[in-house]
Amino acid sequence: MNHPIECHALAKRYGDLAALDGISAVVPRGQVIGLLGHNGAGKSTLIKLILGLIAPSGGRLEVLGQSPWRAHALRRRIGYLPESATFYGNLTGRELLDYLARLKQAPGAQIATLLDRVGLAHAADRRIGTYSKGMRQRLGLAQALLGSPDLVLLDEPTTGLDPQATRELYRIVGELRADGRCVLVSSHLLAELEPHIDGALILRQGKLLAAGSLHALGEQAALPAQVLLRTREQAMPELLARLETGGLSAQPRPDGRLELQVPRASKLRMLRELLADPAIVDLDVREPTLAQLYDWLGAGPPSTAEVAA
Amino acid sequence: MNPILTVAAKEFRDDFRNRWTIALTILFALLALGIAWFGSAAAGRVGFTSFDATLASLTTLGAFVIPLIGLLIAYGSIVGERDDGTLLLMLSYPLSRGQLVAGKFLGHCSALAAATLAGFGLAVAIMQWMQPPEQTMQAWLQIGRFILSASLLGACFVGLACLISVQTTDKSRAAGLALVGWLVSVVLFDLALLALLVVSGGNPVERAVYPYLLLFNPVDVFRLVNLTALGDGAGNDLLTGMTAHHVYPPALLYALLLGWAVAPFAWAMLAFRRKEI
Repeated sequence: MNHPIECHALAKRYGDLAALDGISAVVPRGQVIGLLGHNGAGKSTLIKLILGLIAPSGGRLEVLGQSPWRAHALRRRIGYLPESATFYGNLTGRELLDYLARLKQAPGAQIATLLDRVGLAHAADRRIGTYSKGMRQRLGLAQALLGSPDLVLLDEPTTGLDPQATRELYRIVGELRADGRCVLVSSHLLAELEPHIDGALILRQGKLLAAGSLHALGEQAALPAQVLLRTREQAMPELLARLETGGLSAQPRPDGRLELQVPRASKLRMLRELLADPAIVDLDVREPTLAQLYDWLGAGPPSTAEVAA
Repeated sequence: MNPILTVAAKEFRDDFRNRWTIALTILFALLALGIAWFGSAAAGRVGFTSFDATLASLTTLGAFVIPLIGLLIAYGSIVGERDDGTLLLMLSYPLSRGQLVAGKFLGHCSALAAATLAGFGLAVAIMQWMQPPEQTMQAWLQIGRFILSASLLGACFVGLACLISVQTTDKSRAAGLALVGWLVSVVLFDLALLALLVVSGGNPVERAVYPYLLLFNPVDVFRLVNLTALGDGAGNDLLTGMTAHHVYPPALLYALLLGWAVAPFAWAMLAFRRKEI
């Protein structure tokens, strides 16, 4: 076994509907991978397949070296945080973790450590019914880490979390990565996710649109970098003309800066030239974002015509 | 610990924590004491008198209440988790779907049995303390039989509730079906038998079939276990009318109760295994 998740031509059909259609991908160890796609793209189906809750209709899927379908013992090595996690409101946080730790045969000593790690130690003996959404989400993360799983699946983990709790969550995700675990994060919040993932699986209507490291995907898309320039007063018209002669069209922005789209191949040469230009007093380079990559891939939700087809 | 026992222990605790089961325990104790104390009021005296009569009344009452409670505590077992969004979480843990249903069934059955034991045990203890009756082995056997059969009756309806819970997609529908199940087994089944009895007149062949029809309803089996063991005049009219010349071996009746508990539960386990999540 090489990778925590390996699938080949994986398919799942519900009657005539192909929820997943011919997915082939690997998810490497020690990486955080974003599972991206619009609603109904097949993310939840893939997660259920990985958890062994549903059987594939075709293809092959191996999770931690074995087929997950009905492999109950395998789930001891997988942690899962469901989307908008709800728990038994009549239990306290500690009681819930105690119950779930028993099911997972995880050491009870982990419970206090995990409660502390997700910042819930103070509320451990309060009923979950009194928790805020963010606290429930953090409890959800704690239960996903019971038994120190090799593979962690997080479905929309930051829903309901404030910015600080979101940072805390990704800090823990980073620790898992450093520890050699594999983390699969499904999320819609591309900008929030981007700094924390090594690669992405992008699904659209049950098909795998793209898979790989963010760097490789960026190379593949060859999207231009965005350069923002601030010029000396009065110098802008002259600079605009000069740029146009050089084959670059710049757009003035409401904040008084100029926006340039610089092709990936000529980025460095262009930047050197711009830096040497005395009319420019400030310069800001923005690499293409995950959201731009996502748009470029056409990963958005299907049009009405596509749905009808 | 085995995952079935882990789930069962949680459900058991929840049943008591939700106060359903505590209320039931108190209700059983109060009813038992009330019936024992006021059972002979019509004859102009109050106080703990006929033990047989008390048990007969409790049996009639238990036949109504126990199925209802069994259905109420367990109808949400699976569909409730689905509604609350915890089902997927539970199934992501290392336990099979069958183990989840089995744990729920076992937990609710134990809670109901504990309530029965505690409620009636408390009542018997108070009766002993207030006015010690003549101690006979027979009386203790009857109490034991009542508690055991009441627990098995509870298990039958917990099993039915589990089946309903697995097969429905929302909690309100499950609650509706549970009430229908209660109505059919506790009221309509006997009414239908009574109607058949009246319509068929004295047809000897059909009369011979009725005692066996009773065995198709766990509520009637429960009544048979308890009432046929009591002295004359303590049983209810339908049963004594139908089974006047019929003797059921107690082992058969207990086996039937057990069968009626296991069948819907086993069906629920199998059905849940095949369900799309």
